Amino acid sequence: MSSTIRIYPAKPEKVYVYATCLVDMFSPQSGLDAIRLLELAGVEVIYVPKQTCCGQPAYSSGYEDDAKATALSQMALFPAPWPVIVLSGSCGGMMHHHYRRLFVGSEHEQEVNQFCDRVFELTEFLVQVCRIKLNDRGPATSVVLHTSCAARREMKVHITSRQLLSQLERVELCEQAYESECCGFGGTFSVRHPAISEAMVQDKTQHLNEAGAEQLISADWGCLLNINGALEYQGKDLQGTHLASFLLSRLEGHDAQ
Amino acid sequence: MHNKPQLFHPQAEAALANPELRANFRGAMDYLRDKRQTAFADPDEESAIRDRAEAIRQRCLSKLPTLLEQLEANCIANGIRVHWAENAEQANALFADIIQSHGGTLAVKGKSMVSEEIELNHAMAKEGIDCLESDMGEYIVQLGDETPSHIIMPAIHKNKQQVADLFAEHVPGFKHTLDVDTLIRTGRDVLREKFRNADIGVSGVNFAVAETGTLCLVENEGNGRMCTTVPEVHIAITGIEKVVEFLADVPPLFSALTRSATGQTITTYFNMISGPRKSDELDGPKEVHLVLLDNGRSQAFVDEEMRKTLQCIRCGACMNHCPVYTRIGGHAYGTVYPGPIGKIISPHLMGLEATQDLPTASSLCGACGEVCPVRIPIPELLQRLRREAKQEPRPGVPALRGQGAAKSNLEAFVWRSFSLLTSKPLLYQIMSWCATRLRGLIPGKLGPWTRCRTAPRPAARTLRELMAKRNK
Repeated sequence: MSSTIRIYPAKPEKVYVYATCLVDMFSPQSGLDAIRLLELAGVEVIYVPKQTCCGQPAYSSGYEDDAKATALSQMALFPAPWPVIVLSGSCGGMMHHHYRRLFVGSEHEQEVNQFCDRVFELTEFLVQVCRIKLNDRGPATSVVLHTSCAARREMKVHITSRQLLSQLERVELCEQAYESECCGFGGTFSVRHPAISEAMVQDKTQHLNEAGAEQLISADWGCLLNINGALEYQGKDLQGTHLASFLLSRLEGHDAQ
Repeated sequence: MHNKPQLFHPQAEAALANPELRANFRGAMDYLRDKRQTAFADPDEESAIRDRAEAIRQRCLSKLPTLLEQLEANCIANGIRVHWAENAEQANALFADIIQSHGGTLAVKGKSMVSEEIELNHAMAKEGIDCLESDMGEYIVQLGDETPSHIIMPAIHKNKQQVADLFAEHVPGFKHTLDVDTLIRTGRDVLREKFRNADIGVSGVNFAVAETGTLCLVENEGNGRMCTTVPEVHIAITGIEKVVEFLADVPPLFSALTRSATGQTITTYFNMISGPRKSDELDGPKEVHLVLLDNGRSQAFVDEEMRKTLQCIRCGACMNHCPVYTRIGGHAYGTVYPGPIGKIISPHLMGLEATQDLPTASSLCGACGEVCPVRIPIPELLQRLRREAKQEPRPGVPALRGQGAAKSNLEAFVWRSFSLLTSKPLLYQIMSWCATRLRGLIPGKLGPWTRCRTAPRPAARTLRELMAKRNK
């Protein structure tokens, strides 16, 4: 994985949004809220309805040829040179890093690399490119933040969710123990090794609960599917919300710039 | 008796169900992580140390065959006898020959994971030779008839109560105590006696320097020095990948190793073995042997991507930071090398058939790659092994032992269908339309997912549909 520091472009006129299959099917509201947030940040959002899934499940299961077919079909949907904003660090990591690896040495290598260069994770784009300023209008509350491993270690954007939350004057960020530890989802890992995944999500939910925050926030629906499912199974009140929805809920009157 | 990688699933479940074991590992891993963090307080310095260590290891591996020949020539010039072993059997036969040619019956061993790899103790016992472990952790593990659960902390799975119980059972005259200093002293007294009586000393090697024919040994207890100086004969064993080009390559690697392993800037002992006792010297062994073991490493070597596996300097940081290892401990893997590095090296040592469950036992969280002092891209290598376990050999790519062992027609069909579904928007839209309309029919139990979670529930309408409405 490259440790090169990313050079960010100036704010573009338009962006594509890549909502991810999980947002499409399990939390479309997160998608709507993220799109609204991008619009408030001053960019026109193009939503391509033909988008499906980035192909990560097949890729991480070892079926690279199948993942390649999916990847090519997705990249073809975003022909204009606008940035592609992904609403998940994990799918962002797939499209920003692993697509390159899939097509190394192939006839597609150059165009794939150009596409990958255009991929940004949502919070990264809002902070580093849009330089968004949030005006907190919500009531005082406290949150605990879960950052996905891919956002943290593949996209190296764990800091941008925090930066967004830190702009909210009346939101207190609570710290949880073992913050950087994986929640145990890992896609097919959670069903191939269910006992280990269970131990991990039990620890994660315990640490999140012990943080004592009123709300749980994450910018990744993969982790949220796992964490929320476990929290609900345990009968806990805490349920995670996508960061985009939370941020938007704070901007009553919508005056971000 | 001892665990096997083929039984990874039940072994992991048993470990997860053992609260004492889990507490021992969590506590120990937290401790080691904190120590490493302190040693790398400055992220820029950390990055520079790791970059340098990676560059050295990659350079040395790029000329491995030449460096091995140079190492052999310079060792011989120093009076060290060099032996080559392709596998465990050959290595054990070499040991037996050397020991028996001296009429030896008692060998004392410093810590060596390669000797675990060839199951040296077991093989020597069959020849009537006693191999006694002299590293404190290894000694504890040997007393309990166990295998190491961590590559640098072999007995980390035990707490002081369990060690005290073990001593009470095996050490004559031991008065039960939980005082750690007394426990250590008890062990040391027993071990000291062993050094005096041993015919043969056995050790591993951390770095073998091609330029000078020097064997470097990193340790904290002094037992390594005793093993390599007190007995008349010293036999060192190491994997062929441990060779470095220059003496100047050692300090940066040594520093990266100790900081990553235990958070030390330097260990208590660092031994540089440059041959047997010379005629004008008062001590040291009369004979020094070096056994260089392949045992599957050349399979990793011939593949440019997998070669990175061999960059490893065996610090254990990947396991200390692994959320899977932290919960199941080292024994559950059933391999000599557990944790993330074990998952990527064991398939070369034991074949993919036996180890096919290991590369998938990771959420690919990347914590291992983030701390590796030589920057082995462990998640990418896990990914690669997952692929090789599922697929037949391809032209132009060297086949692995056990390649395709986890091949499943059903799974191949599932991912083919997934690929079709996700590359044909209309098919995907029909599927997601059905999933949202039929969401009430999703069963409450969804296989392994719902053993600790509720079933995920699709929304009433997809984002695609909501956006179509919004844009009207």
